[in-house]
Amino acid sequence: MERLYEQFYNTVIDNDYWQMLLQGLWATIVIAFFAAILGIVLGFLVAMVRSTTEMTLRGKKCRKPGDFIIKVIDKICGIYVTVIRGTPMLVQLMIMYYIIFASSRNGMLAAILAFGINSGAYVSEIVRGGIMSVDKGQFEASRSLGFNYRSTMINIILPQALKSVLPALGNEFIVLFKETSVAGYIAIMDLTYMANLIISKTYDAFFPLIIIAAIYLVIVLILSFFLKKLERRLRNSDH
Amino acid sequence: MTTNKDVLIKVENLHKSFDDLEVLKGINAELDKGDVMVIIGASGSGKSTFLRCLNLLEEPTGGKILFEGVDITDPSVDINLHRQKMGMVFQQFNLFPHMTVLKNMTLGPIKLLKQSKEEAEANAMKLLERVGLADRADAYPSQLSGGQKQRIAIVRALAMNPDVLLFDEPTSALDPEMVGEVLEVMKDLAKEGMTMAVVTHEMGFAREVGTSVVFIDEGVIVEQNEPEEFFNNPKNPRLKEFLSKVL
Repeated sequence: MERLYEQFYNTVIDNDYWQMLLQGLWATIVIAFFAAILGIVLGFLVAMVRSTTEMTLRGKKCRKPGDFIIKVIDKICGIYVTVIRGTPMLVQLMIMYYIIFASSRNGMLAAILAFGINSGAYVSEIVRGGIMSVDKGQFEASRSLGFNYRSTMINIILPQALKSVLPALGNEFIVLFKETSVAGYIAIMDLTYMANLIISKTYDAFFPLIIIAAIYLVIVLILSFFLKKLERRLRNSDH
Repeated sequence: MTTNKDVLIKVENLHKSFDDLEVLKGINAELDKGDVMVIIGASGSGKSTFLRCLNLLEEPTGGKILFEGVDITDPSVDINLHRQKMGMVFQQFNLFPHMTVLKNMTLGPIKLLKQSKEEAEANAMKLLERVGLADRADAYPSQLSGGQKQRIAIVRALAMNPDVLLFDEPTSALDPEMVGEVLEVMKDLAKEGMTMAVVTHEMGFAREVGTSVVFIDEGVIVEQNEPEEFFNNPKNPRLKEFLSKVL
């Protein structure tokens, strides 16, 4: 028992190691938070482009110059999703840092962009799936009242789509949060990196790893709790 | 057809193809103000496609549709403005499930016709009373029966104050005991002079309410007549065969 406490003291209390863990947690949260926002924005934009093309232009000739432009953008969005989903997150992160940010070495910004762009691809597929799963009759009913495509999306399709994709979206953000643990590869002092640092100084892995695992778990549990709450509230709105 | 009538919709040589499949092969029709045109035909004959072309839910591949004198197939026409005056009622009701009945009915009038919330709601309540559903104003669609849903769908279209109502098999998805209540509402509308185009299998409704009955077969109108003559004295052999099966 005393041996265990000594171990705990040496790896957590001594040298204010626990403060390093707190700093690391802060970095993890900042990256995850801004990456999630970027992911939502990117994901929704891409989902709108792709589902609009799918619903209105698929298999049709381009009648207006605008049709052609949106088809080109749609192709670019398709390539974006394919590339991001087809390559490892860690490789994307390193490309962002060592190639794209080669001259600035702003690790934090590179990480936020890399994780956000990665998340955006997954969010876009989730949201697109949600939009396409809304009954086509909803679209037709709204158009038959005289609503244009945009109003139909905003008033009728997106509210229904969002409700059905909320569990999948929540899951995506939980995955994103945990995936930030590889940020240490580009020298960002996130939670996992800090634990590693303590291990390399004390040659004792037990408490640092167990503690950060517990921290990740608690935050995921908190996230899940609020997502469940949000889901329930949305479900109540239409019985 | 007399010439001094008010022509609301005039369809000229309407064609519609889905890829290689030609569904409508040149349809000519005229719907005058106050007319109730009932469109019948076997499934796959193109009758629903024809109706859905009238408000451009299906884009015609050829021909013209003149609505109140404007060719709405012209790409430079803002179809959304014309659709406000063409209500549509669907087989599957298509009420918005995330909104109450009242919200379903006031969304269009408030956002498109720029009515105030009070005005739109008062108007909606009047319409709900008319179809006996005023007490369901705050219900969500999932809490309604099929017949109630369809009656709400009809008054939702009416709330836009349309010049014509298009019905796409409005009773086909209903349990038999609920067909009557929906047809009753439609009959009342016809009596009040609402212009209607109705795709249906309800021959009794066609006979009683229709001012003209149209039989579509393989993408063309093969017979059109007043209900009396249409049902008692059909001329086209395909129509005779069809009527012998459904009557």
